[in-house]
Amino acid sequence: MKLIECNDLCMKYEGISAFEHVTFTVEEGDFLCIVGENGSGKSTLIKGILGLKQYSSGSITFNGVKQREIGYLPQQTAAQKDFPATVGEVVLSGCLNRNTLNPFYTKESRQRADEMIKLMKLENIIEKSYRGLSGGQQQRVLLARALCATEKLLLLDEPVSGLDPVVTAEMYDAIRSLNREKGVTVIMVSHDIHNALHCCNKMLHMAQGKYFFGTKEEYKQIPEFKAMAGGCLNDK
Amino acid sequence: MINEIINIFSYSFMSRALIVGVLVALCAALLGTSLVLKRYSMIGDGLSHVGYGAFAIAAAANLTPLYVAIPTVIIAAFLLLRLSKSSKINGDSAIAILSSSALAIGMIVLSVTKVSIDVNSYMFGSILALTDNDVILSVICTAIVCVMYLVFYHRIFAVTFDESFSSATGIRTGVYNTLIAVLTAIIIVVGMRLMGALLISSLMIFPSLTSMRFCRSFRGVTICSVIVSVLCFTAGLIASYYIDIPTGAGIVVLNLICFLIAAVVGKITKRNE
Repeated sequence: MKLIECNDLCMKYEGISAFEHVTFTVEEGDFLCIVGENGSGKSTLIKGILGLKQYSSGSITFNGVKQREIGYLPQQTAAQKDFPATVGEVVLSGCLNRNTLNPFYTKESRQRADEMIKLMKLENIIEKSYRGLSGGQQQRVLLARALCATEKLLLLDEPVSGLDPVVTAEMYDAIRSLNREKGVTVIMVSHDIHNALHCCNKMLHMAQGKYFFGTKEEYKQIPEFKAMAGGCLNDK
Repeated sequence: MINEIINIFSYSFMSRALIVGVLVALCAALLGTSLVLKRYSMIGDGLSHVGYGAFAIAAAANLTPLYVAIPTVIIAAFLLLRLSKSSKINGDSAIAILSSSALAIGMIVLSVTKVSIDVNSYMFGSILALTDNDVILSVICTAIVCVMYLVFYHRIFAVTFDESFSSATGIRTGVYNTLIAVLTAIIIVVGMRLMGALLISSLMIFPSLTSMRFCRSFRGVTICSVIVSVLCFTAGLIASYYIDIPTGAGIVVLNLICFLIAAVVGKITKRNE
């Protein structure tokens, strides 16, 4: 089933065209990677999918998932790094999209948060302060929060930026098992094309003025990828 | 000793100051946590200058000060958020523009109309300035702020922690940012008479900064800063009576002392966190 269909989408960033005529679909169970240089419109596209920014033409259609049911892992802000909040508080805040009128958390919300905390192996640090955690732990907390908001679709904005190689590998493992074992559809923006190729089954490569969308196998055949990946093509 | 302290509150100006002050200190601490964490610490300062301008105009036009100041400062709070949203002017520059303009307009109005008001009491606060009417209005305003804050506590937390995630999951962040700004505006105006335009913002910022030194959770910081804020206010008020120092200034210095102690305690306990 097609969860998201983007048809001939054009978006602007501060009045200037960010990208034009991008068409792609996300099927249930897909792992879509969005790659491209800085300024190619990746972040703008994400904001468009999340409904945070208006698109200028084209269409985005959601089937079987509502826009506000997308679990989003944004890039961390500087203010968050020293934010006084416990892991439990942060994860639970992901449940707020479930009860729009009730000002307090329901029992179901708390149970869901507990499940996600267990899934991300955060039980032992649930009372710890977010600001005292390592970068990898912080990302796992934010992933747990994103999972509270969704059962179907995760949108990850550079989930491993700033993490060391070991923690990066762990993070990719966690995301991949969510996709393969839990059946969560994933859209991930990444600069790390090698690991991205290892995880994903579909690719969206955005470059100024042109773009590519297709399966991983098709992607490996095109020149843009060879330029980006350098000599590593044969490793994977 | 205790009898003596109870005695000083038999003066009606002292009991009025205590009621209004404790309520303002409580609300200021609640809102302050969000403001500090959202990097909006200076918003209180900016709005209090606007409040000064509004008080000056009210005095010139012979109107009840609070009735003029509350709507004016709420509008200013709206404007500040709009200005800092447009990427052309930064949030801090927007506050600087608004606060100095309001101050300037207030000064001009006062000098042109030749109204004699005690500028000193507006800038640095005066516990003698409160009327019974002020007390009633303050109780109503702070009650509104407390109820709103409690009802929207979880959403205010979410918006403070991560605006982009919140709006992606359907929380109307604009509404909550505006709510925080409007509530802040109300508390600034209500507390200004007591603390003064120059010192009221410290009532919002200090207790939260103090609690952040040693509290791990958002809830902890919120509760702790309310306690710190109310204690510092009460102690400052009593101390100002006995050693005859300006009330507002005394409260700020007490807050500073608490902050320094908390900073040291925080340094020590951080090693065990």
